[in-house]
Amino acid sequence: MNKAGKTREDTVALLKQYSAFILLAVMLLLNLIITPNFFKVGTLWNIITQTCTIILTGMGMTVVISTGGIDISVGSVMALAAVISAKSLETVGIVPAIFLGLLAAVIPGLIAGFMIGKMRLQAMVVTLGLMMGVRGAARLVNDAKIFYIDGPHASDYTVLGSARIAGVAPVQMIPILLGIFITWFILEKTILGRHIQAVGDNRKSAMLAGISATKTLMFVYIYSSVFAGLAGIVSAAKIGAADGNTLGNLAELDAIAAVAVGGTSMSGGRAKVFGTVVGALIMQLINITVNMNNIPYEFAQIFKAIIIVFAVYIQRDKAA
Amino acid sequence: MARDILLEMKGIVKNFPGVRALKGVDFSVARGEVHALMGENGAGKSTLIKALTGIYTKDEGTIRFDGREINPRSTLEAQKEGISTIYQELNLSPFQTVYENMFLGREPRNSFGMVDRKTMIQESLRILGELGIHVDVTKPLLSYGTAVQQMVAIARAVSVDAKLVIMDEPTSSLDTKEVEVLFGVIRKLKAKGIAVIFISHRLDEIFEICEHVTILKDGALAGEMRVADIDQLQLISYMIGGEAKQLERTKGDYELQSAPEVARMTDIQQGMRLNGIGIDIKKGEVLGLAGLLGSGRSELAKVLFGAMQPDEGEVFWMDKQVHFKSPKDSIDLGIGFCTEDRKVEGIIPHLSVKENMTIALLPQISKMGVVSSKQQNKIVEEYIDRLKIKTPSPNQAIRNLSGGNQQKVLLARWLCMNPKLVIMDEPTRGIDVGAKAEIEALIQELAGQGISVLMISSELAELERNCDRVVVMREGRNLGELCGLEINQDAIMSIIASAGGELEKGGRLQ
Repeated sequence: MNKAGKTREDTVALLKQYSAFILLAVMLLLNLIITPNFFKVGTLWNIITQTCTIILTGMGMTVVISTGGIDISVGSVMALAAVISAKSLETVGIVPAIFLGLLAAVIPGLIAGFMIGKMRLQAMVVTLGLMMGVRGAARLVNDAKIFYIDGPHASDYTVLGSARIAGVAPVQMIPILLGIFITWFILEKTILGRHIQAVGDNRKSAMLAGISATKTLMFVYIYSSVFAGLAGIVSAAKIGAADGNTLGNLAELDAIAAVAVGGTSMSGGRAKVFGTVVGALIMQLINITVNMNNIPYEFAQIFKAIIIVFAVYIQRDKAA
Repeated sequence: MARDILLEMKGIVKNFPGVRALKGVDFSVARGEVHALMGENGAGKSTLIKALTGIYTKDEGTIRFDGREINPRSTLEAQKEGISTIYQELNLSPFQTVYENMFLGREPRNSFGMVDRKTMIQESLRILGELGIHVDVTKPLLSYGTAVQQMVAIARAVSVDAKLVIMDEPTSSLDTKEVEVLFGVIRKLKAKGIAVIFISHRLDEIFEICEHVTILKDGALAGEMRVADIDQLQLISYMIGGEAKQLERTKGDYELQSAPEVARMTDIQQGMRLNGIGIDIKKGEVLGLAGLLGSGRSELAKVLFGAMQPDEGEVFWMDKQVHFKSPKDSIDLGIGFCTEDRKVEGIIPHLSVKENMTIALLPQISKMGVVSSKQQNKIVEEYIDRLKIKTPSPNQAIRNLSGGNQQKVLLARWLCMNPKLVIMDEPTRGIDVGAKAEIEALIQELAGQGISVLMISSELAELERNCDRVVVMREGRNLGELCGLEINQDAIMSIIASAGGELEKGGRLQ
């Protein structure tokens, strides 16, 4: 498109589309000015390590929200996958342990997908139930006690949270990049991706075009749960312990916030994978800014609230 | 006899972006009169009602009600003037009790300032009793059927001292006995001097209960008369007849007697709308479905497409019986369906032209679930070119296109699948004359290639121009067929009218 043909509406639309990116840039600039020692490689690695959970759960959440649904069980699913994989580590070894952890995560996803896709129950209520039920299950696995990853195989597990690629970059880079790539690929390149967005945008039209909304929704909730499980395992590996009581607490809210700030509409439709990544980075950057400037953490929460409302406000769809 | 005028609307104009929905309509209702308001989809009935009840603000014209000019800006204001509306989708609260619904928003208080339930119950019983309705008012509203819920809505309207009650298709979900109860209530309202605007598509009901009728067409007044002065055929021709021929019939006489059959449906029963209808479609045939709104045309199309399951009856595809569980089954066999309501059942608004066009085709241009964007782009460009779709780019969100171009994208959605049968429900509704001619030409082109087309249209002239054969429907039945040169507007209308009276009584189930 040539520049001369652009109207004011186009400019506004463009600003809207990249609002999350602009916000991120502004925050980076702000930090460069006010935060001492911000412009260091170490800060970047910190951000990556710490956003891993939000990005992974955010990827699943992006897919779920683009179907017009929501999944608030991800925090509990993180805990379940973490505790099961950590506890089975010494008996079965690292690979089967991770497999078992992810398998445990699939089950709540399957239940959510069936109830929401097939029985057409409300996503909020179904995943609220799962949030409580799965948390209970996660606690039961180790009698509501913290499970410390300790034993001959412990380092196989903790390396997933602490290793450095080429001696510098945190290992979290790998799941982050893979998660983003796979989600982007599914949404942009596959039939399934088209179906997900079509069901989210106009379920009736999608069904009349021969799409099975049930199958599509089954997939998205399982997808979200698997990513939550992965996030749980990576977090437990970083800490060296799996706590069924607290691991992943409120993680669903961070994930939803990242998706909202990233510009995916809460009512379904267009999924914005990179928007969610940027949203997650913004959330984490607020934490770091507050931290490095010795501001009490409570302010971070208030800033986040303002950013979320602001982001949703500028992206609101007036044309609907 | 001079009418004692209660409501007088004069020269009402309402514009929407790009459309003049009401072109200066006059409408008047007398006290204690049951007045039918008729017209096909898009005629302007609901716009007129909404202008009256304050949902829309009129652009021009005056409304006089009960002797003075009014300009309601909300339904509440209209209600205060004495105009109450009973909508198709009842705006009551189903989980609340009957009496709570009766007094929703105007609950009486007792001397402590608390809600006075005792008065509410007594008053509800009294008001409903006057209308001949006897129910337990302390039960939640949803424990009663649609009919009772409707009566409650009417009773509520009466109890706010309505002088005019508007009923928008009140009988659409009632069975014959319930309709009688409703008519009983309407007669009681009439006896109290309350006027009723009655909107229905069932002609027999108009003739049974209404005294006066106003007919709208394309946003203008098509006629206003006493019901006693006309018969069904005249009413039908006011509604759908007399169209100026913008385009000419291109077809000759019927020549498809020996063509092989593509699809056949027999004795289809579905809900209250389809009552044992059967049709068959031949290869390369343009088959039209004619009938008034609510005659079951769209429902029949949905059953054929697998979007609705018939309660009874059989569907055959290429002489083999089929049971379509979902549209996917019929799409796999080569059926496509352009729905009547593009916005709700057609487009996927935020997705692009490209994605909307290829959504059903994707499995054919994919390997292992990964879409080949090369093939996709090629097909999309081919159809944008062939159907002359005007879009800045294939990646434009479809909701930004005009109605005609959206329709072309939806047509392309099915054409790119190499279909054997395409169902088109009102394919030219809301489309300008130029795009209309293009779409009609395309229909003939498809038929020429041996693709069958099932075409539903409320515009008789359109059926006359395009169809090889027309099936005339009323109340979910096949009333008769017209072939080739027999097809003309008058013939279709007289078939519809021929079945007045006994059909609706016997036709409705229960």
